[in-house]
Amino acid sequence: MKASPTTAHETYPDTHHDAYSKTIFGFWIYLMGDLIFFGALFATYTVLNESTFGGPTARELFNLPYTLIQSLVLLFASFMAGLGGTAAHRKEKGRTLLFFSSTFVLGSLFLGMEINEFARLIAAGNRWDQSAFLSSYFTVVATLGVHVIFGLLWVPILLIPVLLEKSLSHVSIRRLTCLKMFWQFVNIIWIFIFSLVYLLGVG
Amino acid sequence: MLGRLTLEAFKHDWIEYLAGISMVLGGLFIVILITYLGRWKWLWKEWITSVDHKKIGIMYLIYSFLMLAKGLVDAAMMRAQQAVAVGESMGYLTSEHYQQIFTAHGVTMIFFVAMGVMFGLINLILPLQIGARDVAFPFLNNLSFWFFASGGMFVIVSLVIGVYSGAGWSGYTPLSGIKYNPGVGVDYWLWSIQISGVGTLLSGINFIVTILKMRCPGMTLMKMPIFVWATFVTMILVVFAFPILNAATAMLFTDRLFDTHIFTAEYGGNPMMYINLFWAWGHPEVYILILPAFGIFSEIVPVFSHKKLFGYTSMVWALVAIAFLSFIVWLHHFFTMGAGPNVNAFFGIMTMVIAVPTGVKIFNWIFTMFRGHLELKTPMYWFLGFIFLFTIGGLSGVLMSIPAADFQVHNSLFLIAHFHNVIIGGVVFGFFAGYTYWFPKFTGFKLNETLGKYAFWCWVIGFLLAFMPLYLLGFMGASRRLDHYDVAEWQPLFLVAGVGTLVILAGVGFQVLQVLVSIKQRKENRDTNGDPWNGRTLEWSTASPPPFYNFAFVPEVHERDAFWVMKHSKIKEKAIRKYEDIHMPKNTAMGFYIGFFSFLFGFGVIWAMYWLVALSFIAMIACVILHLYQKHPDYHVPADEVKMIERKQNP
Repeated sequence: MKASPTTAHETYPDTHHDAYSKTIFGFWIYLMGDLIFFGALFATYTVLNESTFGGPTARELFNLPYTLIQSLVLLFASFMAGLGGTAAHRKEKGRTLLFFSSTFVLGSLFLGMEINEFARLIAAGNRWDQSAFLSSYFTVVATLGVHVIFGLLWVPILLIPVLLEKSLSHVSIRRLTCLKMFWQFVNIIWIFIFSLVYLLGVG
Repeated sequence: MLGRLTLEAFKHDWIEYLAGISMVLGGLFIVILITYLGRWKWLWKEWITSVDHKKIGIMYLIYSFLMLAKGLVDAAMMRAQQAVAVGESMGYLTSEHYQQIFTAHGVTMIFFVAMGVMFGLINLILPLQIGARDVAFPFLNNLSFWFFASGGMFVIVSLVIGVYSGAGWSGYTPLSGIKYNPGVGVDYWLWSIQISGVGTLLSGINFIVTILKMRCPGMTLMKMPIFVWATFVTMILVVFAFPILNAATAMLFTDRLFDTHIFTAEYGGNPMMYINLFWAWGHPEVYILILPAFGIFSEIVPVFSHKKLFGYTSMVWALVAIAFLSFIVWLHHFFTMGAGPNVNAFFGIMTMVIAVPTGVKIFNWIFTMFRGHLELKTPMYWFLGFIFLFTIGGLSGVLMSIPAADFQVHNSLFLIAHFHNVIIGGVVFGFFAGYTYWFPKFTGFKLNETLGKYAFWCWVIGFLLAFMPLYLLGFMGASRRLDHYDVAEWQPLFLVAGVGTLVILAGVGFQVLQVLVSIKQRKENRDTNGDPWNGRTLEWSTASPPPFYNFAFVPEVHERDAFWVMKHSKIKEKAIRKYEDIHMPKNTAMGFYIGFFSFLFGFGVIWAMYWLVALSFIAMIACVILHLYQKHPDYHVPADEVKMIERKQNP
């Protein structure tokens, strides 16, 4: 099938204008790369989780109910981001602000719980330098924590322009969609951490 | 205030001083030259802040060729040391300095020469080949370059301030851990690959999106030029492999700074885990380097044989098969780890299997030449040299894929000869071929043929002299990274290798001369119609050098070898079209600033200047925010201006 020059030109818009689909697709690929990054950390954790060097094991350290609550908090944070993304696409400014703000609040709560857990472990003398198991545990969970911090910083950076705009611009919608994807990605990683580190560790 | 940085860091022996001083003087010379020519503003506006893929490509090439010079000096110093350091004589280098040299040589050549030239050529040519006006994310492209550049600066800066790593380019743990390497050397190495690795990952994302989303109308996947296919597959490897390297070095970093015990030999750490992760990146990395070179040859051979590529589809599938297999062979780098016969057998067999798709490609190129009308220009010389050398190198690799045989030559000079054989004979020759082939596209004139051929012969003969003795030395039991040996019988072979290095250096001399002579003779070798080689793909359909928007009209493709078809079809659709406004991105300095602060960030961590780490981190975040809040990141080139530029180029 050969398209004539004019019709082909109409069906293919100028390649610089479809910024939305390019950015979202590019962001997907970034997330896949980040997934590989976590994959390497998980592989290391799996190799080292028995290497407690005479120290406490996962079973003795982790408190499953606490972690479950933590998981639910993060689940709701990314659920709110999902709702926020949908609201942004509908150009509902008020709801967009509300949902992403609740992501911020819940995400901060999650981070607080994680720091609290770390503090509890360290106070009991189970610092990351005590065994290879603790080292890889802290590395995996803290890397997720760093992701959460970036996800939190990102919320006000994107919400301030939304606050100033009359109605949501294309740029804002595009960026909020990425943010939504990022929070869902963080949540998926957490599900892996919850199963691999906590459930398998205690079970 | 200055952390670990004291006057001690500037104390070196006289050879190191010489290197440091020549670097400083070289830098000063460039600064004075630019000031004298009054070109700072031009440099800033036209190059440093540019988001044009062609200019970024040229910056990659220049940076990489400068790094190549440094890497070659390292190589020559090692050869000189090994030529004399036998028996009583200890040579002219201390062990510590020798270790730094072989580490810096490897890092420079792999990360800042091979990767740099690869991204340079991809940047220059890929958007043109798919008929696009730029890459998907022009700002990100600029940022990637500056991450890459600031990563390379760590290698350079360590010549003057402190020392470089002596733990080898692969930085095996526990040697690279804090216990055995408490100094700044390993940190320099770590941050040079960490920061440039981020840049590479971003480039990978950028080109995948570019290829999948920005092809011109009608160019379906199976109509893309093979170089585009090779790049596409390579970039998938980049996105899958580089995060593993970043994760491995990040964990090594926490081991070094925060006292974790992931890769240490104490507290239950597992050093072999690092080595596994390193090669889980490292083996795909080998193919990240060679696949673009394969792509380049697949472009060159049809053009200079005046035939279409033999077996296009099998070429594509061979690329994909190699990419897949490259992820399941990593353990052959350390069969001696002792993973057991079954594991070793699996990885050995997979390694042999990977030779099959590679063989398919070799035969396809030969069949493309078969009964073609061969035109032996310099790019074809590089190709023929490649076929000859790469096949030898590939076969020595298959030899080592047998675990029992590998045990005999593990970490010996045989291995060194093998991977230089495939990297020089494959990657370097491929990049030289591409550089010669596409040079007229981005400068507007061809390179001198005679000097190019001299350079080629020097490289081939020099290579054979420099590395064939290493195969023999490997069999005789010489291990890698020796700064001194006691066996007097080895010395003649080391001397031959040293002579070979001199011949290669002569080749490089010819290449420098070639550029100078070609600039002088540019009038005679001018490329007037944009198509100096009678090319087949779209990059030759626009002027040389291309206007900043690449194509006034986005081309339309109906067949493979689109430009060849256009040239030979009777219908001329060009003249009827009306010029339209073109949408282009604006230049921005943020990429440079972020790259610069990432350098300060790494430097701060290396020297434990935590105020600098905090400040540069905040500065990076601020730059990102400023970039996000930029009001008008792009502009329109009016149709009249496009018309004027086009008239000027095609009078």
